Amino acid sequence: MKARVTITLKNGVLDPQGKAIEGALGSLGIPGIASVRQGKVFDIELTGQDIKAAEAALNTACEKLLANTVIEHYRVEFPG
Amino acid sequence: MRAAVITFPGTNRDGDVSRALRASGADVTPTWHADHALPAGTDLVVLPGGFSYGDYLRAGAIAARANIMDAVRAHAARGGLVLAICNGFQIACEAGLLPGVLVRNANLRFVCRRQTLKVERADCVFTGHYRRDQVINVCIAHGEGNYICDAGTLARIEGEGLVAFRYCDAAGSLTPDANPNGSLNHIAGIYSANLRVLGMMPHPENLTEQLTGGADGKPLFDSLGRAA
Repeated sequence: MKARVTITLKNGVLDPQGKAIEGALGSLGIPGIASVRQGKVFDIELTGQDIKAAEAALNTACEKLLANTVIEHYRVEFPG
Repeated sequence: MRAAVITFPGTNRDGDVSRALRASGADVTPTWHADHALPAGTDLVVLPGGFSYGDYLRAGAIAARANIMDAVRAHAARGGLVLAICNGFQIACEAGLLPGVLVRNANLRFVCRRQTLKVERADCVFTGHYRRDQVINVCIAHGEGNYICDAGTLARIEGEGLVAFRYCDAAGSLTPDANPNGSLNHIAGIYSANLRVLGMMPHPENLTEQLTGGADGKPLFDSLGRAA
């Protein structure tokens, strides 16, 4: 079973990297971009098949290591 | 003063901080991150600068989960002293020893230069050999030194007088140009609520002898070395 963990910055946390990327996209002339926020994605291969157990384990993984919850949100998904 | 200086994979300031501590009268025991216990009788734990684990995931994130950190947290909880410098400050925040987090410098540049700091208080074990509001000249070298925390935490840190050092200009003014990384309220270093844990981005260990261009870092080690 595969899981995807997405880490994003909380609203209001300054994202200088996202700002720089936003500026670079603007200078490439790509239209219609209002703003960019950079995050992280972890694709995780799981040994079991129990989604509930996996979700609990991955929430713990996010709280303990993958996210710094002072500045970041996390989302755990099980894509098809 | 018995100091345990922790080395993580990628730590590179352990040698100089140990030398600075010894020159100020401390006994130093090099301590490995994979150990589960601190040396017996440790008064002070030092988390030195460097690039532990190559700054993977977030600066300090992986080192903060090393075996030795449970012992460091227990030491701090007992009121033991912790000095966390640069990457050590990042590790201390990630480990929950200090509030807040250090993120990418606001201008996205790695800054490596001399910097003036204002000493906010001289009445604790780390800074007894400085004067309050003294302006000192130290070194900074970091890409992720932008200190941020939520508004409630910031109000508490300021209200309880837990700011240790602020980035300032040579005259001691907190001008925007004197803030090298975008830190809230020019914060360069903070204390824990009991004033026993100090985290700071600048490197006092770089300037402890005139031979290396200044000695404004030495009073910090003298304050510690001669305490306890």
